Amino acid sequence: MEIKEIKERFIEKILLLIAFSSITILALITFFIFGEGLPLIWKIGPKSFLLGERWVPSQGEFGILPMIVGSFWVTFGALLLGIPLGLACAIFLCEWTPPWAGMILRSAIQVLAGIPSVVYGFWGLVVLVPLIRNFLGGPGLSILSGSLILSIMILPTIISISEDSLKALPPNYKAGAFALGATHWQTIWRVLIPAARSGIVASIILGMGRALGETMAMIMILGNAVKMPSSILDSARTLTTNIGIEMGYASGDHRQALFAAGVILFLIIMILNTLAIVLSRRRAG
Amino acid sequence: MKFERRRYLTQNIAKILIWMAALSTMAVMALIVFQVLWEGLPVLSLSFFLDSPRSMGREGGIFSTIVGTFALTIVAILFATPLGVGTAIFLWEYTREGRISRTIRFGIGCLAGVPSIIFGLFGFVFFVIYLNMGWSILSGGLTMAALILPTIISATEEALKAIPYSFREVSYSLGGTKWQTVTRAVIPSALPGIFTGIILGICRSIEETAVVILTAGSSLLIPTSLFSPVRTMSVHFYILSREGISMEMAYGTGAALILLVLIVNTVANWLLSRYVRKKA
Repeated sequence: MEIKEIKERFIEKILLLIAFSSITILALITFFIFGEGLPLIWKIGPKSFLLGERWVPSQGEFGILPMIVGSFWVTFGALLLGIPLGLACAIFLCEWTPPWAGMILRSAIQVLAGIPSVVYGFWGLVVLVPLIRNFLGGPGLSILSGSLILSIMILPTIISISEDSLKALPPNYKAGAFALGATHWQTIWRVLIPAARSGIVASIILGMGRALGETMAMIMILGNAVKMPSSILDSARTLTTNIGIEMGYASGDHRQALFAAGVILFLIIMILNTLAIVLSRRRAG
Repeated sequence: MKFERRRYLTQNIAKILIWMAALSTMAVMALIVFQVLWEGLPVLSLSFFLDSPRSMGREGGIFSTIVGTFALTIVAILFATPLGVGTAIFLWEYTREGRISRTIRFGIGCLAGVPSIIFGLFGFVFFVIYLNMGWSILSGGLTMAALILPTIISATEEALKAIPYSFREVSYSLGGTKWQTVTRAVIPSALPGIFTGIILGICRSIEETAVVILTAGSSLLIPTSLFSPVRTMSVHFYILSREGISMEMAYGTGAALILLVLIVNTVANWLLSRYVRKKA
């Protein structure tokens, strides 16, 4: 009996240790990326790092403002298209839909979620980029093509989480609205969506994180010019693509600067994650 | 009456817009998949899968990258599964909702949102340089394990959630300890769900590119040990198309990737619908 109890206690401790593995990994990531990146930020000053407009590693100039602006525009563009499309698809899956159509859309979304990001990038390169170059001008490798591809890539995130939060609503919300004489659309727009608000916002924030973090597809279709983009047909570089492109050959200060860019990206993502988690908790509570 | 008509007009417009959104999502998916398969399927042949790439991938097949993909994925799964299943079991069977479980869940949620390039940077400084494993299957696999951990945790949790409480009560009433209950009553019934999580993890590691480039290198040689550098199919596809080495080979690899992901996804869905949802 004694031995059995000791064994049980021991197992419980081991499981507790295992359960903390995610946090341990998160701590290790923070420690090592900050450890590589922070010294450089101090060396050149946070202000000239964040607000510097010139990124010329060979001359020791590390300003990431063009990349921050690039990331912002690409993500903004992706959300502009991805939010309405994703929300509409989530509504389609919860309300109104004949079951067969819902099933088709659901498997389409699953396939979209499974397509490797390099394939998205490749498709953008061979299909979207020439289209934009021929019809709208510019190099084709542009913020516009990046945003379009990203908006597709974040759809599965936005749809599945919004759908979950719409589905989690108590059925009497809908019944109540119907009883008051509201049409189905009025019920959706004025009752269901506001009630599922925090889950929907969480889905958007997670989609935003996904868009900010995407690397390989963006390397392939953004054109990667290091300059302030002035229109959506301009080529651009994001925080992530800058790391992805230059990490292969960077060394010394240059490599530290890439890690420093990683620090900034990591901080932004952690803020977004925290927001999303707090919002979905509120939904559960 | 006029107001009444407008209400239904709005509703019909909304209905049309929503259908359009759903249809265009399906269309985009079909466009991407068909485009790549249409150009890529003719390239596929037995020798494409069984020959190693020659002259940077311009000729030959993709054999070594398939080996690389498998090796890396297996290492990732081997490390992530015990950690993921253990975490889920702890959260679901051993603790109530409280400070500890909230902290752990917060960590999992954050980890799930960390972009792959950050995992890549981390794997590069930690495994490749600090632990001196070099660009290798082991470095890549371990980094990938960290990346897929949240996926396996949440799939396992879903499976545990679906098991009726009576299963556990029966075990306790027979005098089983907690651990006996977990290993003999809970885990066996959760197995299909756990497998689904593993399969989703496999999917993630097949499609991941940034992590592999930064932690496993991009060697085209067939790996001989855990410390050999490898190139996975995704990385091969990326290098072929970005460096313009061979469009034909790129399409072939892309088609193979899409087929692989589709097959793996279908198996996961089949498992999920056959065993997990039924119980809920």
